[in-house]
Amino acid sequence: MDLLIFQAPILMVQASMDGILLGILFALIAYGMALQWGVMNIINIAQGELVIMGGYIAYFMYLSGIHPAFGVIVSPIIMYCVGWGMYKLVINKVVDKDLFTSILATFGISILAQQLMNFAFGADVVVAQSNFGTTMLFNNSVTLPNAKIFSGAVCVISAIILVIYMKKSKLGRAIRATAQNARAAKILGVDTEKVYAATFGINAALCGIAGACIAITFTLHPYTGLPYTVRSFMIVIIAGLGNLPAVAISGMGLGVFEEWADYLLGTEFRIAAVFSLLVIILVYRRFKLARKREYLK
Amino acid sequence: MKIRNILITLVSAIALLISASTISFAKVVGDKIILGAAVSLTGKYSSNGVHTQNGYNLAVERINSMGGVKVGGKTYKFDIIYYDDESNSGRAAQLAERLIQQDGVKFMLGPYSSGLTKAMAPVTEKYEVPMVEANGASRSLFTKGYKYLFAVLAPANLYLDVAIDLAVEKNGGKPVKIAMAFEQDAFSQDVRLGIVEAAKRTGSKIIIDDKLPKELNDMAATLSKVKATNPDVLVVSGHTKGALTAVRQISEMKVDVKMLAMTHCDAAKLSKQHGKASEYALCASQWHKSLSYKDKFFGGGMKYDADFTKAFGYAPPYQAAESSAALLVYKDAFERAQSFDTKKVRDALAATDMQTFYGNIKFAEGGQNVSKPMVLFQVSCNDDGSKCENKVVAPTKWASAELVHPIPSWSKR
Repeated sequence: MDLLIFQAPILMVQASMDGILLGILFALIAYGMALQWGVMNIINIAQGELVIMGGYIAYFMYLSGIHPAFGVIVSPIIMYCVGWGMYKLVINKVVDKDLFTSILATFGISILAQQLMNFAFGADVVVAQSNFGTTMLFNNSVTLPNAKIFSGAVCVISAIILVIYMKKSKLGRAIRATAQNARAAKILGVDTEKVYAATFGINAALCGIAGACIAITFTLHPYTGLPYTVRSFMIVIIAGLGNLPAVAISGMGLGVFEEWADYLLGTEFRIAAVFSLLVIILVYRRFKLARKREYLK
Repeated sequence: MKIRNILITLVSAIALLISASTISFAKVVGDKIILGAAVSLTGKYSSNGVHTQNGYNLAVERINSMGGVKVGGKTYKFDIIYYDDESNSGRAAQLAERLIQQDGVKFMLGPYSSGLTKAMAPVTEKYEVPMVEANGASRSLFTKGYKYLFAVLAPANLYLDVAIDLAVEKNGGKPVKIAMAFEQDAFSQDVRLGIVEAAKRTGSKIIIDDKLPKELNDMAATLSKVKATNPDVLVVSGHTKGALTAVRQISEMKVDVKMLAMTHCDAAKLSKQHGKASEYALCASQWHKSLSYKDKFFGGGMKYDADFTKAFGYAPPYQAAESSAALLVYKDAFERAQSFDTKKVRDALAATDMQTFYGNIKFAEGGQNVSKPMVLFQVSCNDDGSKCENKVVAPTKWASAELVHPIPSWSKR
């Protein structure tokens, strides 16, 4: 039983595909987190709540008869404004303070957002139906919901657009300059206040896209944001800031690792396995860094 | 500065006095029997908390308007003090303490969910205050030797074992292969224990035994295993999130299984949210409106359904029905005890043996209701999936429709 995955080797394909599609979604959320962490030095504990909020936008489109897949366009627009407003209301007051203050502030936002969503949308678990059907591969032995494939594609496309935008546009350059050295950027005429607001807005928009994907692939509930925050935090820690390919790879890697852990160790250990891997990576990193330091001496 | 300090002291002294004077607000005031309840009006259980409160309120109103409670030749009416426990077990325990200590409540009603009931039971037990609860099914509530806790509902381990018996029966009495996926929380794990016992009893084999982490949103791995091993019955329990995730992914991944048994279908509004994809799912329920139990307050299930819908604008889930039943139990116990002494009422509650619209109620040693079986209903939809109904298929005595078995494969649906 433990080795079911080896008795039915096709499950390896299924597990890997599921893991990749799951990982891409997490990677997009993590990319938003890495972006605003890198630019503003803020760890956003309310990241998951932004995702869920984005999901509810798609869900309400679904309720009013619009196909929820259009949520991936509408949701980021609304969420950009939400993120921008959040920056103006709270984040701009903590952006220069130390990390602990901003963690506390975003933690507060996360609790507030949970309660407000619970108040506004109710405590029921909800789903939006995409009716996208299923892709069957290898004589029906590997089944992939098209909604998941759609979500994966959307995440990849939005990540690519964002990378190009960051490279080519004026605001993108300003964001990168601010990330490198906020003070120098300011001296050279970059309106850092605007850059910060835009960065937070872009992060919220990315969360909005991911949320809309989650509405059609998984489930929504006002209190289920935390796993997304934790997972994106983890991916960022492994990948480092401002390194999109690394974020994508670590996101998908963790996804695949999680699925494989499920088959090899059992479902109850999958989350534990992911966290153990995180610990191992961090210990290894430290070990490597320590060696480097010695060398420099 | 000094004057300010004196002022603050004065104000707080007055506030203390006022709060202390509420102690006079005792168990029975005039012709009112005051019951205390902490229910989740906000937080993650708020929808089921409201169902619980509506169930209580409907029963209070009904009993009061139909003559109230007669004790010692005098007629009393029910009244409930509510507090919001915020879906938080720490808060629930605090509120139990407050209801008993400050408000002087001597008779309690339960909160929503096993977890919160577990938090309140030690408090009510400490003060020897009877608590009739309707929404805590976890088996661990009934194994601690609580003397003042009574549950009108069947314990969690009986939720789905009927499904295993049904699968064995459909398999010509031969043992079956069982796949299970249960969330790692007290309630779902109790349901799991029930299945493990049923498997032992019938000689069936458990081939998949997945315990889903609480934060898990994705059952793809479990379902792939199900696909590869082809069990006779798949059992899933993970509250509303588990039910919705399971049906979504079973339909998307085209997992063919002969029987699918779940909990929390109606709480999840499964057939409304998933439509035809949820068809043929078997769901455990404490109550269904089509059952033929009767009492003089609500008539039968159909009448309860109609009255509740009229009062609150939505059809009653079983969480509301069992909550209403808790009040009927109290009324019956008070009238048999002919006293408001908590010990006497407790003994009367323990001796309860009655029928309500919700089912027969008789408490076992641990306080759980043992004379009401769980029912299984099957979701059945019309051709385009626009309208789905829940039809009781087991136990046979209550069945209003024939079980569809095995579930047609996805290629034919």
